[in-house]
Amino acid sequence: MYKYNETDKTIINERVEQYRDQTKRHLAGTLPEEEFRPVRLQNGLYVQRFAPMLRVAIPYGLLSSTQLRMLGRIAEKYDRSYAHISTRQNIQYNWPALDTVPDILADLASVEMHAVQTSGNCIRNTTTDALAGTSPDELEDPRPYCEIIRQWSTFHPEFAYLPRKFKIAVNGATSDRAAVKLHDVGLYLVQNNAGETGFAVYVGGGMGRTPLVSQCIQEFLPKEHMLSYIEAILRVYNLQGNRDNKYKARIKILVKSLGIDKLRELVDAEWAHIKDSSLKVTPESIAAMQEFFPLPAYDTDAAAQSTLDAQKTDNVEFSRWVLNNTRKHKQAGYRSAYISLAHADRAPGDVTTAEMMGVADLADQYSFGEIRTTHDQNLVLADVKEADLFALWEKLGELDLARANIGLLTDMICCPGWEFCALADAKTIPLAEKINKHFDDVDYEHDVGELQIKMSGCMNACGHHHIGHIGIMGRERKGVESFTIQIGGSSAEDAMVGKVIGPSFEEDDVAPAIRRILDFYIAERREEESFLDAYKRIGIKPFKEAAYA
Amino acid sequence: MPKQFIKDQQIIANSFSHVGLEEEIPTGDVIVPYSRFLAEQEQLAQHEGQVAVSVNGNDYDIYAIGEELAKQTIIALEFPAFVDGRCYSFARLLRERFGFKGELRAYGNVLRDQAFYMHRCGINAYEVEEGKDLEVFLEGFKDFSVSYQPIPRAI
Repeated sequence: MYKYNETDKTIINERVEQYRDQTKRHLAGTLPEEEFRPVRLQNGLYVQRFAPMLRVAIPYGLLSSTQLRMLGRIAEKYDRSYAHISTRQNIQYNWPALDTVPDILADLASVEMHAVQTSGNCIRNTTTDALAGTSPDELEDPRPYCEIIRQWSTFHPEFAYLPRKFKIAVNGATSDRAAVKLHDVGLYLVQNNAGETGFAVYVGGGMGRTPLVSQCIQEFLPKEHMLSYIEAILRVYNLQGNRDNKYKARIKILVKSLGIDKLRELVDAEWAHIKDSSLKVTPESIAAMQEFFPLPAYDTDAAAQSTLDAQKTDNVEFSRWVLNNTRKHKQAGYRSAYISLAHADRAPGDVTTAEMMGVADLADQYSFGEIRTTHDQNLVLADVKEADLFALWEKLGELDLARANIGLLTDMICCPGWEFCALADAKTIPLAEKINKHFDDVDYEHDVGELQIKMSGCMNACGHHHIGHIGIMGRERKGVESFTIQIGGSSAEDAMVGKVIGPSFEEDDVAPAIRRILDFYIAERREEESFLDAYKRIGIKPFKEAAYA
Repeated sequence: MPKQFIKDQQIIANSFSHVGLEEEIPTGDVIVPYSRFLAEQEQLAQHEGQVAVSVNGNDYDIYAIGEELAKQTIIALEFPAFVDGRCYSFARLLRERFGFKGELRAYGNVLRDQAFYMHRCGINAYEVEEGKDLEVFLEGFKDFSVSYQPIPRAI
């Protein structure tokens, strides 16, 4: 993975001191809250309902075991011995004290981590495929490009005070596991007719109150122009984005109002001036960055050592875990293993200090000391020998982390909800627990198969409800919480925004309604047809009738 | 009008006063909105004292005016709120695209914690918001000793 050089170290250490000084001035009363707020936000510090919340960046979701241990220790030392993996592959602490944040940042800096630009109206953490570098359907490893974007976007002086936040995702595989089309700018690595690799550039995706799937602004962008082209997009957005209404300030609204063709014209006009500037990314600098992401020292004999088939036959539970929680690998005899953080009894994405320490040890033992966080709030050990999977599964079981539900009904995405977030209207965690309890039936869950349920506690959509196969959004009126259900959303290459099926449900009625929708699907599905495919074929009406039956 | 401002990282006396679209032009050095400057160019040519112009992200399209605007000696960029980042792009375009070599002066909600970014974008003069300590503002230029972005040194 990427290792800091002197420049990186200096920048991050100076950031710690800058923030320490800002906190000191704020506590001394010379930096008033309205001036402190935007600078603390750009350092990931929110003030929430009960306490501040600190969001730490995990660039493109990649962690070393050393870093994960530090995250665990920070949770223990400054918080309540747990943290929360976010949908941007970052990690959040829910209860740090304001005056300890500079010390947390210093601890993070000691393992080459930071909280830079994890909030605020600036360029946020770049995200990518959690299986980057390992998946057989990958054209090229996207992580070197993510790191190039990370450096360019870090403390970019022109784009620190944009109209609104700005999120970038990069995907290198045929399958989109990074929700690229729901980003302000999304890059797909693609090949042109001449066999060269470059980027297809999409712009204007996002969730929130006005969910929109992005549109293609550039079908093939040579790699050398990646930064100049994104800079041109950002400059046009910085100058023309809406600054009067924060709900109309994302670039998606500019794309909608100008139209993609007009925007392309403006971006191209700006880009013409800067495409051959010092922003050009040379093949040498790409090659140098790629060297930070070498193939691990795979055991070339791994396939011969695998006894996976026999182990699966002997153990149904292990077989289920392999089926749902592991993925094919480029390297023969290896698989990637997901660790589900969608527990039955706490918020999806929550991870304790003990679990972080345990997973760090397992990463050292079985996966070259690296861990990835995923945008659906789970963890991945990306390079595990098939011969080690059984031992890994057993040890995960000892940590109570072997739940075999990846991609299934109970692998929900869920925002923290009213209890932790000042924006939320409704509580989400209690409903997530109810859904878990209602569907506490492994056979039914497997029968339903691939299903993404995503839930948000308000229309800001941090729980990505718009792109859930089934989405749930909480609301509150006169002290009563209720939940609308929408279906048919997708974050993959067929990205779509789901449709609301009708009037909202009381909390207790949500799980039974989902049950009726799923029973209808099971009755109507064709062989091997997923819920989403069945929805696409049948349409919303019969599902709606089933839900309110 | 602040009595002092910062130019090229020095605290010096400020001789300029800002004049709105309608107000009578006072004596001495003035900063007038660029639209008024264009409309009253002839009268202003008679003005004793220097005339500088001001622009902002709301009223001006920098692409349309940049080339002509860059012929000025002093351009003041308005930051109506420090979270309004449009003039960062104005500054870079004036320096890098339109070749402006004169004084680029930030005014309005100009604060210490944005000094570093403003400087990096090519702003070299600062009317710091009233009531703020200029010495503290100067500290802001030292927040970072290195940067990632390859921005040409325009000033």
